[in-house]
Amino acid sequence: MIRSKDFADELVSSGFNFFTGVPCSIIGNLISELTDRSDVTYIPAVREDVAVGIASGAYMAGKIPVALMQNSGIGQCLNALTSLNLIYELPCLLIITWRGFNGKDAPEHIVMGETCDTLLDTIGIVHHTLSGDNAKELITESFNHIIERKTPIALFLKKGVID
Amino acid sequence: MNCREAVKTVTAILQDQLVVCANGIISRETFTARDRVENFYMIGSMGLASSIGLGVALSENVRKVIVFDGDGNVLMNLGSLAMVGALQPKNFLHIVFDNEAYASTGNQPTCSNMIALENIAKSSGYLYAKRVTDKKGLIKEMSQLLESDGPSLLLVKISRYVGEIDIGRVTHTPNQIKERFMSAIK
Repeated sequence: MIRSKDFADELVSSGFNFFTGVPCSIIGNLISELTDRSDVTYIPAVREDVAVGIASGAYMAGKIPVALMQNSGIGQCLNALTSLNLIYELPCLLIITWRGFNGKDAPEHIVMGETCDTLLDTIGIVHHTLSGDNAKELITESFNHIIERKTPIALFLKKGVID
Repeated sequence: MNCREAVKTVTAILQDQLVVCANGIISRETFTARDRVENFYMIGSMGLASSIGLGVALSENVRKVIVFDGDGNVLMNLGSLAMVGALQPKNFLHIVFDNEAYASTGNQPTCSNMIALENIAKSSGYLYAKRVTDKKGLIKEMSQLLESDGPSLLLVKISRYVGEIDIGRVTHTPNQIKERFMSAIK
């Protein structure tokens, strides 16, 4: 299991310097780590599309942003992603917790758990799934994707990968 | 005052302030009245102009960031007012052109004829929130707001257009809008 502190360190040392999002229990500790740091900003957002909007503004003002959310939030921000980020080429890293994976979760997570990766495929957002041993590599790849391709990229995070 | 008169009045007194324009008529009127590299025209993502502006304001500490919003947009994202109030960005100025309607889609009514949006801003923690209904009041408030710290909101009551909308669309591509805006910030 990855320590949230190490994961936050890796994000910051890779160049991500503006964080916003809506909590999920899976990333509770990660959000605490980011909130406590003095070298970066974590802005709690009221909704996931608002987080994506704030991240887009921050990017235009020179930041490399991350928006954190549960996969339920994909539903909230599909319009922002398709009618803002993808057409203006406004990138951000989306760290998305994967509730309802393999149909094992509370009922409200099951449908999105089965379809969240396909939804991102459908709108053309590149995504990868984090594991204990690929985090460093995927964070670096995501940073490079943002700089070079200027489109959002998503990293899915299942329960049990981060403490 | 209609949207065109209000937008012309406000844009005429801008200097180097950054402006994020809500989608629809507001972007189109602003583009037509005074296209500037400091303008970001949001053509989709309705409701998010204030969130995009907040992201810019939190990252750009020097210049004032002005959001040209509409009543329909504000009502779609009232949570953004709470975030602005909580975060207190001093350089954030929110101008809401309120015609009590979704003008771009044919003047279907919003509920801003019954709800005082400036009072929501006040309750949300904006340092200053005021309503103006004529050009004289708009000029007076704008010249003061450009010189003072925020977050502030100015609700500008405007009349609805009747009939066909005779205003051009933003001719820059989304990528051009973004690149210009980013070059203005650098």
